[in-house]
Amino acid sequence: MKIKVIINNQNMELDVAYDEFLADTLRRYGFLSVKKGCDTGSCGLCTVWVDDKPVLSCATLSVRINGKKITTIEGVQKEAKEFAEYLVNEGAEQCGFCSPGFIMTVLAMKRELQNPTVEEITHYLTGNLCRCTGYMGQLRAVKKYLGVV
Amino acid sequence: MLTIKDYVLPKTLEEAYTILNLNKNNAILGGCAFLRLGSKQIETAIDLSDLALKYINEKDNQIEIGAMTTLREIETSPVLQKKFSGILPESVKNVGGVQLRNIVTVGGTVYSRYGFSDLNTALLSLDTDVVLHRKGRISLEEFLEKGAQKDILEKIIIRKTKCQASFKMMRNSAADYAILNVAVSKNDNDWKIAVGARPQRAKIAKEAGKYLAGSKKTNEEIEEAAVIATKELAFGSNTRGSKEYRESICKVLVKRAIMEVI
Repeated sequence: MKIKVIINNQNMELDVAYDEFLADTLRRYGFLSVKKGCDTGSCGLCTVWVDDKPVLSCATLSVRINGKKITTIEGVQKEAKEFAEYLVNEGAEQCGFCSPGFIMTVLAMKRELQNPTVEEITHYLTGNLCRCTGYMGQLRAVKKYLGVV
Repeated sequence: MLTIKDYVLPKTLEEAYTILNLNKNNAILGGCAFLRLGSKQIETAIDLSDLALKYINEKDNQIEIGAMTTLREIETSPVLQKKFSGILPESVKNVGGVQLRNIVTVGGTVYSRYGFSDLNTALLSLDTDVVLHRKGRISLEEFLEKGAQKDILEKIIIRKTKCQASFKMMRNSAADYAILNVAVSKNDNDWKIAVGARPQRAKIAKEAGKYLAGSKKTNEEIEEAAVIATKELAFGSNTRGSKEYRESICKVLVKRAIMEVI
């Protein structure tokens, strides 16, 4: 089925199978920042925004995004780079495989929560797993980035 | 692997219902997050996205929640954060991460009668009805028990009462499935104790509720009510916990929930 979407502010027409999920579609069309880490909807690596809300693209049927706006990390380069500096400064990055999905959730959280507590931050980020670290570096980076140290 | 041969976006519930019943392998799509983990072979997938079923409406005597409302919308609803001691947002907030809750729907959760569901347990402790397209309005309690034949859940209706309520659950880690969940509500002296993820679907411990209503709610009586609830319900074992473990934590969670409501 042909669907019309706006990906990172660009109009695109995609050809998708009825049982294809968005993570696969996006990767097929070259958005390789979108990772698949678990295949059970648990790891958050495939996080993208659909109409500005963070969703698991591995669990979103592509046909259902017809007419919608998709944002991947390729579409928020400036902000992503800014936050990445904080991650690097805290030594939070190791293999980096979980970073695109994690950063998309952090940027969505920044838009959604005002002045969040540490509890609210960890609750919002629970759906993003990282197998290298213990999350402490990421948490320090997020707190500094949001200015809630 | 989930497969889908055809896909439709009906314009009316009637049309969706007709298509659903054309072939036994036709299916309604909820959020698809759980559906995709299975190997269902769907002939025609029916998407209810165009039927304006995404809402939380507060009316004079009741709150109506449309089938396509997401769990995240329940979690962040100012109305639901205030009503029923906020147990509906409380019950969904540990279901996966924000990105999963932005997908998963009320209709998919309730209609599928998942045993592990946290929301269904919380809803069962309240005065909740489900509205099915063909069968009409029935209580959630009856629906969880009997299910429905190829029907479509349109919305759920929760009667507004001044009840106090509490939701408790036990998980191995945040965002995992619950090992057990408990919701208790008190409306005047009418007590409802619902226990889910036993791992079977949620059920009301009626004897325990009656006992509690007739008691003075001393510490001993509350503990007794928790013991009665654990005795009258059936528990089972799965990878998350044994029957015996569930029985042990049931007593504790029911007691804690009652203490919080009193």
